[in-house]
Amino acid sequence: MEDLKLHGSIFSPFTWRVIWALKLKGLNFEFIQEDMTNKSDLLLKYNPVYKKIPVLVHGGKPIVESSIILEYIEETWPQNPLLPVDPYEKAVARFWSKFADDKILTLYYGFFMKVGEEQEKAVQEGLEILRNLEEHGLGDKKFFGGETIGLADVGLGWIAYWLNVLEEIVGIKLLEESKFPRLFEWTNNFKEISIIKENLPDRDEMMAFLKSRYDGLRVFFSHVG
Amino acid sequence: MASNELVLLDHWVSPFAMRVRITLDEKGLPDESKHQNLQEKSPLLLQMNPIHKQVPVLIHNGKPINESLVVVQYIDEVWYDRSPLLPSDPYQRASMRFWADYVDKKIYDTGKKIIVGKGEEVETAKHELIASLRTLELELGEKPYFAGHTFGYVDVSLIPFYSWFYLYEKIGKFNVELECPKLVKWAKRCILKESIFKNLPDQLKVYDYIVELKNAGKYK
Repeated sequence: MEDLKLHGSIFSPFTWRVIWALKLKGLNFEFIQEDMTNKSDLLLKYNPVYKKIPVLVHGGKPIVESSIILEYIEETWPQNPLLPVDPYEKAVARFWSKFADDKILTLYYGFFMKVGEEQEKAVQEGLEILRNLEEHGLGDKKFFGGETIGLADVGLGWIAYWLNVLEEIVGIKLLEESKFPRLFEWTNNFKEISIIKENLPDRDEMMAFLKSRYDGLRVFFSHVG
Repeated sequence: MASNELVLLDHWVSPFAMRVRITLDEKGLPDESKHQNLQEKSPLLLQMNPIHKQVPVLIHNGKPINESLVVVQYIDEVWYDRSPLLPSDPYQRASMRFWADYVDKKIYDTGKKIIVGKGEEVETAKHELIASLRTLELELGEKPYFAGHTFGYVDVSLIPFYSWFYLYEKIGKFNVELECPKLVKWAKRCILKESIFKNLPDQLKVYDYIVELKNAGKYK
């Protein structure tokens, strides 16, 4: 029985990445919902540098930064591998994982938080991100990881779910099926994976949260990673 | 073992490219370095790194690997039998990845604000950079290298920026050695290694080059 605790927030896609990885590996863990407007002492102790969620605590030892947590999970529990064995394919997966990290907040902050000209610029940046994913990341593959999902899919999974919610609130569609047919299909394939399907946040709850926190969101997103 | 045609799309001033050059030398790997003109990007660069169009790109037997830390990990994994940069324990690996990622987040972009910023921006960026360097110095502690006794992944990620210290200091008007003496001591220890000495450009050369680029409006 592993001693695993995950400090996170059901409202953060970075937390869900870790939940998916743990569930895909068949691991049991205790989930602690953190209030990012009132950070617990434990969180500050486990992540003194960034004071952010998610934090995975394994046998009392904290691991922080979601991508780093994913690699830790992969290396500690090799069943249902999320990374290929071949070093080159691994490097490609890591590249897209980093791309996901770098670009998530661009999309959130820009597309969702800005208005007017700044938002228009963010929309163009967003389309460029999706174009790169469609043409260079996915190509002809079903998933970024190939025939089965991998680290990059887990890292990019938020696009399959959250982006749509943001699009609805903002009233602008970025991921159109006609423009990005393969990526669009990927979002459906991703959500059809049984572990993912069983572990998606409630859409109405997400919608309500994002809508109501629209103004306070700038503060919220400075606390997650 | 892999057959080895290694080509590096390179630029002497790039701290990110330096990371790869250092790693290749640590592993004793010969490579063909193709210096890139970043103002007029070559078709090869655009083909090998269509997303970011940046150096470094390592091309191994014709296949490109991008993102400097991804490249360093790749080299470390393929040539695992010599001078390993990452330990085998997952928790220690996570810790080293954390600090290398910290370097990625906290040094270059903040340093850039010192170089091209206006007025208050420079002061703010300077204080941010010093704070980050202090955090790194705290993490180093009394150890000779970040992981302990051997040169490793975090050292590779940070040491290239030593060649940019003079540039930051001159424009930001501060002194890294005064602010973080232990960190500078660590850097000077690293420079004793041939793989680093060979691949870090002279601080004054970096200063002259970047300032000239900036004055020409090409470093933004």
